[in-house]
Parts: sequence; C-alpha cells; structure tokens
Amino acid sequence: MVSSTFAMEINLMKRIPDSLETQKPQQKIALSVYDVTAWYGDFAALHNISMSIKENQITSLIGPSGCGKSTFLRLFNRMNDFISDFRVSGTVKLNGKNIYSKAVDVVQLRKDVGMVFQKPNPFPKSIFENVAYGLRIQGINNKSVLEEKVEQALKQADLWNDVKDILKRSALALSGGQQQRVCIARCLAVEPKVILMDEPTSALDPISTARIEVLLNELKDRYTIVIVTHNMQQAARISQQTAFFYIGDLIEFSDTEKLFTNPEEERTQNYVTGRFG
Amino acid sequence: MALIFIFNIVKKEFFIRQLLGLCALLTVLTTFSIIVILLVEAISFFDKVPMSQFLTDTKWSPLFTNKHFGILPLFMGTMLITGVAIMIALPLGLSIAVYLSEYAPSGFKKRIKPLLELLAAVPTVVYGFFALTVITPFLQKIFPGMSGFNALSAGIVMGIMIIPFISSLSEDALSSVSNSLREAAYGMGSTRFQTAFKVTVPTASSAIIASVILAISRALGETMIVTIAAGMQPRMTLNPLVPVETITAYIVQVSSGDVPYGSIEYQTIFAAGIALFVFTFLLNNLSWWIKKRFMVKI
Repeated sequence: MVSSTFAMEINLMKRIPDSLETQKPQQKIALSVYDVTAWYGDFAALHNISMSIKENQITSLIGPSGCGKSTFLRLFNRMNDFISDFRVSGTVKLNGKNIYSKAVDVVQLRKDVGMVFQKPNPFPKSIFENVAYGLRIQGINNKSVLEEKVEQALKQADLWNDVKDILKRSALALSGGQQQRVCIARCLAVEPKVILMDEPTSALDPISTARIEVLLNELKDRYTIVIVTHNMQQAARISQQTAFFYIGDLIEFSDTEKLFTNPEEERTQNYVTGRFG
Repeated sequence: MALIFIFNIVKKEFFIRQLLGLCALLTVLTTFSIIVILLVEAISFFDKVPMSQFLTDTKWSPLFTNKHFGILPLFMGTMLITGVAIMIALPLGLSIAVYLSEYAPSGFKKRIKPLLELLAAVPTVVYGFFALTVITPFLQKIFPGMSGFNALSAGIVMGIMIIPFISSLSEDALSSVSNSLREAAYGMGSTRFQTAFKVTVPTASSAIIASVILAISRALGETMIVTIAAGMQPRMTLNPLVPVETITAYIVQVSSGDVPYGSIEYQTIFAAGIALFVFTFLLNNLSWWIKKRFMVKI
C-alpha cells in the first residue's frame, strides 16, 4: 500500500466527511447518523458525528483504543443503553427511522440490527440451539422451519460442512474460529438488515481470521455490515468505506482505498502508516 | 548469627505447620469418630432388628409394647415436610435470585442480600413457635379440620428459613454468568425475561440445582421447627394437615425422654441417625458432583 504524503499536502480542500454527493447513486443509505454526541456521565465519548453508511457493503471503523469507535458501533443497536449514565443527542436513523425516538421498540430494533462480538460468545447450548435461539425467542418452534433456517444460516456462515453431523454437540466444544462462526450464524438466522461487528477476529488465529474475512465478503451482498477493527490491513482488505475516529471525533470518512492511499487528513495519514495508535 | 535466625524461622514454620495440621486432623477425627459411634450402635441395633424390617415395615413404634421398627413413616414425614418446604423455597428463592441478578439495581442488591440472609440467621426455635402460634391458627381458618400440629405449617416455615440458601447461592451463580452471554442475548433482541430464563438460568443451572440440593439437605436435618410444630406421631401419610414425625424429631423425642441406656429403644436413635446421615451424605455428594461439572463447563 503506497501512501502519498505529497498528494495529501498539496490537497488544500478540506473534505467534508460523508457528503451524499460522493456516493454512487444506486446505493441506498442504510444507517445515517446526524450530529450525534454521546456521553458517559460528563465525559463526551463522541463529538458531533455525522455520517451515512451505505447498504450492502462493509464499512470499517478504525482508530486507536478509546477513540469512540465501539461506542459509535453500539449506537446502532442501542447496546449502550445498558450503561446507566450513558446519554446521546442527535439522530441515528435506520432506513429513515430515528432509532432513538421514544416510539422505537428496542427489542425489535435488535432483531433488525444483529451483532457479533469481540470474544466468541456462543450460549452453553448445542450448536443447533445456538443458531435457533433468535428464531425461538420470536416464537418460532416448528421443527422443520427451525431445521431449515439453521441449516441455511450455518451454510451462510461457512460452517455447515464442519458441523452438520454434530449439531447436537455443545457449541463450546468447537474451536474459537468455529465458535465465532456459530455466533455469525446465530446472527444471520434471524435475517437482520444490518450486522454490527466489534473486532470479530481479534481473538482468532490468522487462518480463522482469513476464513471470516472471506465470509464477510460474501455476506455483504445480502447485509449491511459495520465492523470495528484494530487491524488496519483487515479494514483495507474487506471494506468499501472506512471511517477513522480519533478521541471522539470522526476525522475522516471515505472510500477505503482513498483513506489508506490518499487520506485528506494528516492524522489519518499518521495513523494508517503506523506513526501512532 | 544469621544461621540461627534462619534456623529459628525454619523451626517456627515447622511448629506452625504442625499446629495447623493438628487442627485439620482434629475435625477429621471428630467426623470419623461420630461415624464410628453411629455405626457401632447401629450395628448392634441391626443385630436385633433385621435390616429388611427396618426398611420395609410401615409402622414405627419402638416406645410402645407392640414394637415396630419401620423407618418408612419417619422417612415419609421427613420427606413430606421437606417437600412442602422446597415447594415454598424453590419458586420464591429462584425468583428472588433472578430479580436480584437480572433486574435489580446493584445498590439495591447489595443492601437486600444481607437482609435476606438474615432469614437463615433466625433461631430455628423461633421459627418453630412461629409456625405453631401464627401459621397454624391462620391455616386453620382455611382448612378448618387441620390439626394443631401438622406438616404443612412446619413445612411452610421451614421453606421460609431455607429461602436464602437458594436465593443467595443461585444469585451468586447467576451473577457469575459471563456478561458476554447477556450481551449476546440482548443483541439478538431478547427481552430481560427471555435473557434471564433462556440464557442465564440455564447457564447457571448446575449451580442452581446444587443450591437446591444443599437447601434440601438443610431441610432434612432441621430439627427444632418440626419438633415444635409438626407433632410427634409417626404416620405413613402424604396429608400435610395431620401430625407427623420426622427422623430428627424422633431422635429429640427419645433423647429427651428417659429411655434406658443400651436398650433397643436407645439404639433406635442411632439407626435413625445413620439413615439420615446416609441420606444427606448422598445428597451433599450429588450437589458436589453437579457443582464440579458446572465448574468444568464454564
């Protein structure tokens, strides 16, 4: 990856992050964030963030630890709500609807916006029951429907061939990479619109990581994926757009290739070339 | 100089080690000698009364002229009261545990848990006369034919007493369930209730079962409440409204009476004691085994 410092220095025009004009017209906006500020108590973890995340692509959020990227990711399924002194202002829209309005059913929202976590966290149940979990809590208990959907989700998660004969075995008996794919399958089974991923491969070995990256690339045709990653190569490999966060600010948001090869901001340049972070 | 100093430390260490070892040995010896005495007396009891009669006879009347030595009525009385107690304590204790771990704010939990544990600190004799003087008269309004001594009120009060065993231990188990599982459940769109009963409770189930078994063995060994409130009439019945007698209450009855030392009546308490001991011992082992399995799983 060639970084062009000169190009950045002669580029005097400050790019406005997330302007609608830069997007290809055929791609719809899945998530849009407007002027969002988030606090933990008195500490503002995010400052006046605005950006739009496009449908059916992978958007990476990068930045050093504590930059607010995880907080930002968790805005979309309101997982921050569990933190007692968390507050947020501004609007976050999923398909045009503000998910922080009073009328929103958070439980329903989380069915539309799935999440995969940093550490694989399958339930201590069988592989089948893990994947069927989301369907069961929606009241689907028909055996053949469950079997069909579980198989479909496991196939989508590239796990079916590994586990088709051991579906009754505990998910905890699988390897870390397989467990993470169980979690992805569990998420896919309920057919969410958006999948949030919080460093999904940071606890995995390189081979498992590579498999999941291939998988994400296939999934993006059907789902909108937002991924937080510490691994800049990963962001560069898998995502179409990348947002760089630094101490609660969105510094730069653009097409991944541009952000890594020809960033507008010096801080982005310094971060992606490994000068800090 | 330094050598003497080191030598002194070594000597001191040696002494401390021996002393602590002796303390440990003492408790082991005590348990061991209790078992030996129980066994010796029980063996001479079983010389006179065959084991088969002890286990199958449906009458227990060692203190009467027409002597019967069937442990079943006492066993049944014990199980009946324990059953009532568990029916009270399990739903209440588990609900409390789920509420405290999944719903209650942590400040509230910190304050309420010691208060709940107070229930186990009330002297059992107080529970006994509480059953006899408060619960029984109240229940008699609902069941007019109920006897003044009965299994129901003893069981209810005992259930209240063992609530903290279930609620506290289960709450510990639920709280130790990793938050990442809760996040996964909420992230899938689970309600609090679904998260609690489909994820956290099943995950902690082995420890919850272990806590229930501990509560059961506590109930089986409980003496004062049943002696005061349940009556002292060995009876083969599942009717909780009539007087029954438990193994423990029978032992009290004989111990506090004037039964001659070494007589068959005297030896019955050892037979009854060992029956109870074997039963609670098995239960404790079961709970230990379940807990061990749980530790491996998490």
